[in-house]
Amino acid sequence: MMGNLGPHAGFILAAYGIAAATLGILIAWIAAEYRAQRKAVRDLESRRK
Amino acid sequence: MPLIDYANPRRFQEIARWLIPLAAAAAAILLAVGLSMGWRAPADYQQGEMVKVMYIHVPFAWLSLAAYTLMAVAALGTIVWRHPLADVAGKAAAQVGAVFCFLCLVTGALWGRPTWGTYWDWDPRLTSVLVLFLLYLGVLALWRAFDDPLRAGRAAAILALVGFINVPVVKFSVDWWNSIHQRDSISLGKSAIDPSMLYPLLISAAGFFALFAALHLAAMRNELLRRRARTLRILKAAETE
Repeated sequence: MMGNLGPHAGFILAAYGIAAATLGILIAWIAAEYRAQRKAVRDLESRRK
Repeated sequence: MPLIDYANPRRFQEIARWLIPLAAAAAAILLAVGLSMGWRAPADYQQGEMVKVMYIHVPFAWLSLAAYTLMAVAALGTIVWRHPLADVAGKAAAQVGAVFCFLCLVTGALWGRPTWGTYWDWDPRLTSVLVLFLLYLGVLALWRAFDDPLRAGRAAAILALVGFINVPVVKFSVDWWNSIHQRDSISLGKSAIDPSMLYPLLISAAGFFALFAALHLAAMRNELLRRRARTLRILKAAETE
C-alpha cells in the first residue's frame, strides 16, 4: 500500500503517524488520570470511615 | 427526564459509565470504516494521494471549532446560569479541543508542504487557527493558575467567551481575505467533493466526533473525581485542626 502513495508518501504517513501517536497519548493520559483520581477518592473515603 | 436532572454530578457519573464505552465503540467502528474507505478511495486529480490527509485534517479542523464552541457555551453556563457541570464541561472541552487543534495545525502543515510548497504561511486561515490554539492554551493556563476551581472556572470562562470572536474569523477567513487555503468544499446540503471521497470523509468525521465525545465525557468524569478528592482533603484537614 505504501508504494501506491506517490512521491509524497512520507508526508501522508507522518500526518497519520503523528495523529495516531498524539491521540494515543491523550487516551492513555485520560485513562491514567481516571485511575489515579479514583484511587485518591477511594483512599480518602476509606480513611474517613 | 428534565434537562436539569443531568446537572447532578452523581447522575452524570451514572450516564457516563455506559455512554463513554458506547461512544468509544462507535468511534472505533466509524474510524475503521471511514479511514479504510479513504485509503482505498481514488487519488484527487490535482493533489494526487496527498488528498488522503483530508480524511484526518478536515475532521480535526471541524472539531477544533466545535470544541471551542462547546467551551464557549459552557462558559455561558458558568457565568450566566451557574450550571454545576458547566465549568467541568468547559475545562474538559479545552483539554481535548487543544489536542485536536494541535493536530489540525500539524496535519495542515504536512499537507501544505507538498501542496503549497511551504509548511507555514502567515495566511488568514492558518493564522486564525493558530490564534485558536493559543486561546485553548490560554484557557488551560488559567485553569492551572488558581487553586480554587470555581475562581479558575470563572476566569477561564471569560477568556473562552472573549475568544469566541475568533471562531467565525476562522470559518470565514477564506471568504473575507485572500488566502492560500482553499475555500470550504462542504457546506450544509452542498459538496464540491466527489462521493467516492465525500463518504469516507463524512464517516471518518463522524468517528472523530464520537471519539471526541468519549474523551470529553471521560475528561469530565476525571475532573469530577479530582474535585471530590479535593473536597475530601479539605474536610480531612478541617477535622484534624
